[in-house]
Amino acid sequence: MDTPNTKLRLAIIAVAVAVPAAFFAYSAGWLSPSRLTPAKFVNQLQADGGNNVGARRNHTKGLCVSGYFEGNGMGAAISSATVFAKGRYPVSGRFSLPGGNPHGNDAKAAPRALGLKIDGGSGQQWRMAMLSSPVFVLSYPKDFYQLLQLQQPDPATGKPDGAKIGAFFKAHPEAGPFLDWAQHHKRSDSFASTPFNSLNAFEATNANGEHHFVRWSFLPQTPFAAQPADAGPDFLFDDITQRLKKGPVSWQLQLQVANPGDPIVDATKAWPADRQHIDVGTLVLTQTEPQSSGACRDTNFDPVILPDGLSPSADPLLPARSAVYSDDFTRRISEQAKLEKK
Amino acid sequence: MKDQFHIVIRLLHWLMALAIFTMLFVGAGMVSSVANRDWLYDLHKPLGITILVLAILRLVVRLSSRTPPLPSNMPLFMQLVAKLSHVLLYGLMLALPMIGWLMLSAGGYPVTLGGGIELPALVAKSNSLYAVLRPLHTLLAYSLLLLVLGHMAAALFHGLIRRDGVLRSITFGK
Repeated sequence: MDTPNTKLRLAIIAVAVAVPAAFFAYSAGWLSPSRLTPAKFVNQLQADGGNNVGARRNHTKGLCVSGYFEGNGMGAAISSATVFAKGRYPVSGRFSLPGGNPHGNDAKAAPRALGLKIDGGSGQQWRMAMLSSPVFVLSYPKDFYQLLQLQQPDPATGKPDGAKIGAFFKAHPEAGPFLDWAQHHKRSDSFASTPFNSLNAFEATNANGEHHFVRWSFLPQTPFAAQPADAGPDFLFDDITQRLKKGPVSWQLQLQVANPGDPIVDATKAWPADRQHIDVGTLVLTQTEPQSSGACRDTNFDPVILPDGLSPSADPLLPARSAVYSDDFTRRISEQAKLEKK
Repeated sequence: MKDQFHIVIRLLHWLMALAIFTMLFVGAGMVSSVANRDWLYDLHKPLGITILVLAILRLVVRLSSRTPPLPSNMPLFMQLVAKLSHVLLYGLMLALPMIGWLMLSAGGYPVTLGGGIELPALVAKSNSLYAVLRPLHTLLAYSLLLLVLGHMAAALFHGLIRRDGVLRSITFGK
């Protein structure tokens, strides 16, 4: 059997098997060790903020909330999503602060964050993770990863190197609008008087199959008051807990519709203020639950879990957020499962 | 044809070969990259359910049609490996999509297939179940990859080296 012909045939078999194996290795990133993976992101978040077993690696300090969304029907012109039909839809959510510190200081937090899950009926879920800033700090996942690396505390000083971070921002002028907001915006006295923004753009499709790009904001219906000078480290969470004991708190959901040519793949760039705005309904939060026992603890507020009628734009931050949140979710749920066993 | 699989099996075999390779590449890319996850994931779920449906159909036809016998001069050990690998291939074709569906249910994720199609949750949300099923899905996917590559190598060995008609039993030529 051992003729040159047999050797050739064996070589053909080897190549035939090696080709799909190599393609798999490529898909899995084994041929590109420098590929930015969701695991690298979550490892870096752990390095920056500490590894909080069973909890989120970022936005660790949080509080579960629930209530409902009251659609007024006006959104149907833009999107066929069920939540835009007139009606009431259950909501669960989570207020949080950025960073991996479970005891972060509310008074210093900028931006503030809100994750929401709206149940639009018949399996139509709309999940979102929003910030109070009008824009995001950077355009690309790789740049955000680099910033996270720079924010890792230096073992010698226990602090990140401010000079390096300064140089990074100098090299990234797109961070300007976010940094300007972070330094100069007037902080409010409550989550209830804070707006929350989608940051990324999404594609909305209506019942006629017409497409528009939208961003959205939850605009507070509680009047603005400035953050008091003596605000303590837990004042935001204490305040919203107290408020919701007294009565519901609401936000108006407003869609902004892009004009042709508006930046839809760059979350650092706001759209001009004169764009069409549509008020599509009201978010009403009615109660809080501690996140140690509430539904929000084990929910992944993945911003690409969208109802029919909404889909992600090509903004590169969206698939990255989805992939990183998913990796973080798998880690903390596995840890939670171990804690539950004990 | 007496020495070939039923035509439905042969058609499904090649269609599913394409689907399963696509699925393995999509799955590997989806979890190892921060780019493209949205559309890869949107492809992964409906394709997985398609494979599940096709695998059930194929199993029914396989069990109710005549399976061409292996060549009588094949060593017993090779025959055992061949039969065992086919059982494992069928098992994984059925198990991987089922575990994917169960795992999403246990994680509290909606099982959407696009176009407004939503599958019901198979189990209630459960951290302990998710913690077992999520790594199991990955482990079995690697097992399926190795099994498929071995299956390919064995099929080509039959076709090119032994030339015993085994490869022809799943192709369309005479």
